Amino acid sequence: MAIIEIREISKVYRLGEIAVNALNAVTLSIERGEFAAIMGPSGSGKSTFMNILGCLDKPTSGGYLLEGADVSGLKRDDLAAIRNKKIGFVFQGFNLLPRTSAIENVELPMLYNGVSIKERRGRAEAALGKVGLSGRGNHHPSQLSGGQQQRVAIARSLVNDAPIILADEPTGNLDTKTSAEVMELFVKLNTESNITVILVTHEHDIAAYSRRIIKFLDGNIVSDEPKTKT
Amino acid sequence: MINIPSTIKISFRSLRVNKMRSGLTMLGIVIGVGAVITMIAVGTGASQRIEEQISSMGSNLLMILPGATTAGGVRMGMGTQPTLSMGDAEAIQKECASVSYVAPNLGGVTQVIYGSQNWSTGITGTTPDMLYVRDWTLSQGRPFAEEDVRNASKVCMPGQTVVDNLFGNENPIGQIIRIKNVPFTVIGVLDKKGQSPTGQDQDDTIFIPVTAAQKKIFGTAFPGMVRIIMVKAKSMEDLYTAEKEITELLRQRHRIGDRQDNDFTVRNLTQAMQASEQSGKIMTLLLGAIASVSLLVGGIGIMNIMLVSVTERTREIGIRMAVGARTWDIRLQFIIESLILSLIGGAFGIIAGIAGSKMLSMLAGWPTIVSPLSISLAFGFSGVVGIFFGFYPAYKASLLDPIDALRYE
Ligand SMILES: Nc1ncnc2c1ncn2[C@@H]1O[C@H](COP(=O)(O)OP(=O)(O)OP(=O)(O)O)[C@@H](O)[C@H]1O
Ligand SMILES: [Mg+2]
Repeated sequence: MAIIEIREISKVYRLGEIAVNALNAVTLSIERGEFAAIMGPSGSGKSTFMNILGCLDKPTSGGYLLEGADVSGLKRDDLAAIRNKKIGFVFQGFNLLPRTSAIENVELPMLYNGVSIKERRGRAEAALGKVGLSGRGNHHPSQLSGGQQQRVAIARSLVNDAPIILADEPTGNLDTKTSAEVMELFVKLNTESNITVILVTHEHDIAAYSRRIIKFLDGNIVSDEPKTKT
Repeated sequence: MINIPSTIKISFRSLRVNKMRSGLTMLGIVIGVGAVITMIAVGTGASQRIEEQISSMGSNLLMILPGATTAGGVRMGMGTQPTLSMGDAEAIQKECASVSYVAPNLGGVTQVIYGSQNWSTGITGTTPDMLYVRDWTLSQGRPFAEEDVRNASKVCMPGQTVVDNLFGNENPIGQIIRIKNVPFTVIGVLDKKGQSPTGQDQDDTIFIPVTAAQKKIFGTAFPGMVRIIMVKAKSMEDLYTAEKEITELLRQRHRIGDRQDNDFTVRNLTQAMQASEQSGKIMTLLLGAIASVSLLVGGIGIMNIMLVSVTERTREIGIRMAVGARTWDIRLQFIIESLILSLIGGAFGIIAGIAGSKMLSMLAGWPTIVSPLSISLAFGFSGVVGIFFGFYPAYKASLLDPIDALRYE
C-alpha cells in the first residue's frame, strides 16, 4: 500500500474575477521509504502541492489517502493532529522560533501530543544527536549557522517519529557545501530510518540525491521517473 | 490533552521578551485593582465607623421629645415646651409591655470646676436605668442608685473627656467637683464611647441624679419636669409596638383630644441609624463600582496589547500550527498570557490597594478597612478581566490560516 495516494487533486485560487488553477487534477502515489524530488519552474504549483501533501491546505477537489486513510474531508484540528504525528516539515526559511533554544524548538511538536516533560527532553536530545548537533541544544537560532538551523528544523521534524518528511526548498538559503551536508542527512534518514522524504528543489545537484524526480509545469505533472544514473 | 505547564512557561517567556510593554500593560490592572481595593476600603471604613457609632448609642432606642409634629413632618418648637415629666417616664416603664428600660433626661451645658481646672460640659440628669438604656458601663467606681435619685444626692459619674480635662492623671473617685458651684462627689466614671453618629463627643458629659438636676442645678417650670425620655424596647421587633403604646399612653396622660395633635414626639433612633448604615453600604458599592471602571480600562489595555502581540507573532503561530497545534492550543496560549498579565497586575494591585488605603488613612485621616473579601474580589475580577479581554485576540490567533501565517513577514 502506498503511503501517499493522490487522486485527481485540483487547487483553484480565486482572486476576484480571475481563477488561478494552481493544480490541475494531479494524480500521484508515493511508496513508503521513497526519496522523491519535485522540480519545475516557479509558479508551477510545487509548493501548493506540498502544502496539500502536508495537510496544511485542502484541495479544491480530489482525494487524498494518507497511510490508507482518507484525509481530504478532515476538520482543522484533525489535520493538525495528522501534521503532528505523521508529517515533519522542513522549510526554506527554517521557521524556528526566535529567542527559543534549539532543544525547545525541537521539543515543540511534542507540546501538542501530551508527551511528558521528562520524555520530551530525552527525545529532543536524541533527535539533535541524529542531526549531529548534540551539545548545541542551548543555542538560540541566532547563534547558529544556516546549516545548523536547518538541521535543528530537521531534528524537529523527526522528534515525533513521523513517517514522512516534506521539505520545500530546504537548501534554498544554504551554500553548496552546507546544502550537501543537509542532503546527506536526508539520505541517511531515508535509508537508515526508512523515512519517506519528498523535497522541492530547483537544483539538479540537489535532486540528484533523490531516487525519483517528479516534474511540474503549470499545475500538471509533466514527467515522473526514477533518477537516471549519470 | 492540552499542556498547561508548558503553555504557562511559553507565556512567561514571551512576556519577558517585551518587558517594558508587559509592565505598562500590567500597570493598568495594578491601578484598577488598587483602586477597587482602596475604594472598598474607604467605603467599608466609613460604614464601619457609622456602625460603631450607632451601636455606641445603644440598641432599640426610642426618644421622646416635647413638642408636636405637624402634618408636614416639621417639628414645631420641639424640646421647648416643657410637657414631659417624671410621671410620664414612670408610667411608660409600668404600662408599656414592649419597653424594657426608661430613663428621663434633664440637662444643659454648664461650667464645672475641680481645684484650679474648669471645663464646660453637658450635664445629664437621669436615673440609674440610663446606663441600661444606652448600653453604657462604668470604667471605675459604682453607678448611683435609685436611692440617690430619691434623695437628690449630690453624686456624679463624669465621662472620660471630662475626667481627662479636670483630673489629668489623678484618680477622680471620691473627689468633689463643683457644678454651677454645687459640690458633687465623683462615685463612678463612664466608659469611653467615642463619637455619636451626629459627631458629638459622647464622653463629654456628667451623669447626675435627675432630681439633683431639677432641684439644685437647673430648676424646672413645674415639679418633675424632664426634657427628654429615652426608652429601650425589649427587641428590635418591639420598637414599633413600643412607639404605638407610648403614643397612646402619653396622649391619655396629657389629655389630648381625638382631633388634637400630640404635644410630644416619639423618635425611632434605631430606624434612623439603620438608614444611615444602609447608605454607608450603598456608598461602598458605588465606590467599588466606580473603581471597577478603571479595571475595565486596564482590561482593554490588555486586549490592545494582545492584539498587537498576535499580529507580531503571526509567523510563530504558523509554525506552531504546522507542527500540530490545534485551535485550543493556540487559544489557550494567548488566554493564559493575558491571564498571567492580569493576575500579576492584580497581585501588585493588591499591594498598591493596601498601600493606598494606608496612605489615605494617614494623610486624610479617613478610616479604611481592607477586607480579605475585597482583596479576593478584586483579584478574582482581574482574572476574569484577563480571560475576557484575552479571549478575542486568542480567538483571532486560532483562526489564522497556517499557510498565510507561515508566509507572514
Ligand atoms: N494564496 C494564493 N492565492 C492566490 N494564488 C496563489 C496563492 N498561492 C499560490 N498561488 C498561485 O498558484 C500558483 C502556484 O504557486 P506555488 O507557490 O505552488 O508555485 P511554486 O511552484 O512553489 O513556485 P516557486 O518555485 O516560485 O516556489 C502560482 O501561480 C501562484 O501565483
Ligand atoms: Mg514554492
